[in-house]
Amino acid sequence: MFNSSLKELSAQLADRKISSVELTGEFLKRVDALNPVLNAFITVDPEASLAQARIADAMIASGRAGPLTGIPVAQKDIFCAKDWLTTCGSKMLSNFVSPYDAHVIERFNAAGAVNLGKTNMDEFAMGSSNETSFFGPVKNPWDIKAVPGGSSGGSAAAVAARMAPAATGTDTGGSIRQPAALCGISGIKPTYGLVSRYGMIAFASSLDQGGPMAKSAEDLAILLDAMAGFDGRDSTSLERQPEDYAKDLERPLAGLRIGIPAEYFAEGLSLDVERAVQAAISEYQKLGATIVEVSLPNTRLSIPVYYVLAPAEASSNLSRYDGVRYGYRSANYKDLAEMYENSRAEGFGAEVKRRIMVGTYVLSHGYYDAYYMQAQKLRRLIAADFAGSFEKCDVIMGPTSPSTAFDLGEKGDDPVQMYLSDIYTIAVNLAGLPGMSIPVGFGDNGRPVGLQIIGNYFSEAKMLNVAHQYQKATDWHSRMPNI
Amino acid sequence: MQWEVVIGLEVHAQLSTESKIFSGASTAFGAAPNAQACAVDIALPGVLPVLNRGAVERAIKFGLAVGAKVARRSVFSRKNYFYPDLPKGYQISQFDLPVVLGGEISILVDGAEKKVRLTRAHLEEDAGKSLHEDFHGMTGIDLNRAGTPLLEIVSEPDMSSPLEAVAYAKELHSLVRYLDICDGNMQEGSFRCDANVSVRRPGAPLGTRREIKNLNSFRFLQQAIEYEIQWQIDTLENGGKIQQATVLFDSDKGETRAMRSKEEAHDYRYFPDPDLLPLEISEAWIEEVGKTLPELPQAKRSRYVSDFGLSAYDAGVLTSSKELAAYFEEVVSIYSDPKVCANWVMGEVNGWLNKAGIEIARCPISSRALAGLLNRIGDGTISGKIAKEVFEAMWNGEGEADAIIEAKGLKQISDSGALEKIVDEIISNNPSQVADYRAGRDKLFAFFVGQAMKATKGQANPAQLSEILKQKLAG
Repeated sequence: MFNSSLKELSAQLADRKISSVELTGEFLKRVDALNPVLNAFITVDPEASLAQARIADAMIASGRAGPLTGIPVAQKDIFCAKDWLTTCGSKMLSNFVSPYDAHVIERFNAAGAVNLGKTNMDEFAMGSSNETSFFGPVKNPWDIKAVPGGSSGGSAAAVAARMAPAATGTDTGGSIRQPAALCGISGIKPTYGLVSRYGMIAFASSLDQGGPMAKSAEDLAILLDAMAGFDGRDSTSLERQPEDYAKDLERPLAGLRIGIPAEYFAEGLSLDVERAVQAAISEYQKLGATIVEVSLPNTRLSIPVYYVLAPAEASSNLSRYDGVRYGYRSANYKDLAEMYENSRAEGFGAEVKRRIMVGTYVLSHGYYDAYYMQAQKLRRLIAADFAGSFEKCDVIMGPTSPSTAFDLGEKGDDPVQMYLSDIYTIAVNLAGLPGMSIPVGFGDNGRPVGLQIIGNYFSEAKMLNVAHQYQKATDWHSRMPNI
Repeated sequence: MQWEVVIGLEVHAQLSTESKIFSGASTAFGAAPNAQACAVDIALPGVLPVLNRGAVERAIKFGLAVGAKVARRSVFSRKNYFYPDLPKGYQISQFDLPVVLGGEISILVDGAEKKVRLTRAHLEEDAGKSLHEDFHGMTGIDLNRAGTPLLEIVSEPDMSSPLEAVAYAKELHSLVRYLDICDGNMQEGSFRCDANVSVRRPGAPLGTRREIKNLNSFRFLQQAIEYEIQWQIDTLENGGKIQQATVLFDSDKGETRAMRSKEEAHDYRYFPDPDLLPLEISEAWIEEVGKTLPELPQAKRSRYVSDFGLSAYDAGVLTSSKELAAYFEEVVSIYSDPKVCANWVMGEVNGWLNKAGIEIARCPISSRALAGLLNRIGDGTISGKIAKEVFEAMWNGEGEADAIIEAKGLKQISDSGALEKIVDEIISNNPSQVADYRAGRDKLFAFFVGQAMKATKGQANPAQLSEILKQKLAG
């Protein structure tokens, strides 16, 4: 049951072989057993989950069930869910019970899915290892000495350990794809604007995008069907015809043109990761795809550009956490200035403070043109690289992360080394493109390797098709850690 | 030695939309604290702004009315600073690309027309309110006002006296009400002025300016600028220097005072708000809004002068508010002597309104009722003097003109037989005055008029009475 696909679970629910209450109970038991080791969940609320499961069972009984009705889904703790503690991995929001649902949560509720709990994450989604969470690091189910990646590390670990059939994540610079790769699961960051950001706690507004994390591309398609769609409450949400993301899954890959950027296979890439990625590409050739060389010369600029723009937006987005209306307020202050200073000094962790300071600096008088404006210009160049490449190919492939999961604490003292682990994923956010990661093998240390698939705008159905065909021919995605 | 005064104004006009500029919460004034602050207004984690088209429409309307350029593309930026009544820690405003560029406003000072150029007008959200009383050393925060749409209208430093500044502010105030984009209620803060003031020697470069913040009445605007000018001149003449500063006006003391430098030392770190797309305004939208523009005060004024034959001054007074002009035009539509109508509206009506401290909208005498009264003067039923008595009775709610004239028996006596009889009696009762008059003391004529009016309780037809008196006194 724990390794079943969403389709299989849905069929069992429909055939009344199991009820949603039973299914939810089984997964809650597994969470109970594994969470003390993995720390993948910040909040579990069995009563709330089971109440939803009962509603789902009623929907199923009355013949109103959809593909997600009764299925437990773990929600990244960045999504506001009514009456749920919603912390964003921060002490600052450690007491914040959301009075409203994010659009994504509304969508899952409407589909009859069950909220299985809120997953751990890097504080305010700032991190690549899940070590910046106020609630402690998440462990990688493949090796508990290793990080699960971040910032959606709790969701990735939960799916990898089969504590949840599926989960949500958000991706600002790789936060869905990198933990998916490091935990050996599948995850997709859709085109910017496809999934509403309403109720998704902002890190860097122009880059943040929610998306699903699951065992397979087939599952991702079902989840994306629920998550995507126009929302008038998000001005950057795109008004498009709803799409069935599973519609192209079975299309053969003959004639598919895969773009391989030389820049993604250069210095800094671990040999074992390269080997696994190359093997996957060979597999695609066997499936009928052809290889095209493409060039993304400005990718090397993506980390500096990102670390100007994302902190700039974050420094402003996080200003609302001031201890005045909700969230953490220091007990120790004599006047207003001290209340602000102490609440924020005590409520935010080191990485968040570092980014607020960087962001404040690059926006300040006299530096704005040199940093922020310059970074915006380069952002357009990075997007132009991709536009040029997609004239020659249908999808771009490469590694998701330069190495397999690193050890807990290994990069904790060196933010720049940590930032470099997102070298292949960040450019995709800067361009607003969709990107995904699927498991394609293991490294020398037995930790998973992810293949990144980058598509053109709105080509999610195509990307899922490309991933699904590979997963039909291989079994990496159904391998489970021994935990 | 002479000093020249340079004044520019920044006016915050609260736009009359029903909901806020970036949320669906109501903008109505006077609700219980925080009753009109939704998730977006209190800046809960995860909420996002959505622009209210009604606010944009009002900005377009304003731009068209002042002959400005309505930007096809403008950008909302974040102005970052911490304050407890600023829930997001930033205000969404427009910075380098505002929605309205340029334009001008004509003002009339001492009978001379002057044009004040506008720099720009931009859309932004208001902050909430900090309440420092009744909280025992703590501060209360009311976020009802947070997110209320404002149009900030910035003038060039084209005004050179407090009177010009007030004339400009009044003209702008009248305009936004004509356009129906702002209710203009200054007490409720719907129309607030900041004044930038500097002085210089004629021909010298601009002096250092100080900005007087948050003036919410025309009287305070004038007093604050007057005080500030004198303060700057005194400072300079005593060898001092002006520091650029933000100052507040203390209306009790009638003084301006600089804010602590800490209160104004801000680097706002403006940058484009990534939650909002650039505001694109199509030609078609501008055209559509243009069709809804009413006749503007300036056009009305010229029409009153050319069509009604009124003086520029009278036209200015009558068009000072949309409601007063509408009242006047309704009176004229029934009683077609515009000058008489103008005299009555500006004289009796305005006088009584001022005395009662109320607006034309609450005038107890309707335009139709006033026209009814004027008709009775016109057809000779009552004299102008009696009419004022009738007006007072109408003001006090005693009914319409005809009913009051009837009830009080105020009808003018135009029966020459009756008047002759009265005059005969006066002549026979005052023989010595008659003799004096006939001996050449012409001034005594007024005495006889007075006696006749007294005898008729003022109801004698004045022209007729005068005729009869002249005849009879001539002997």
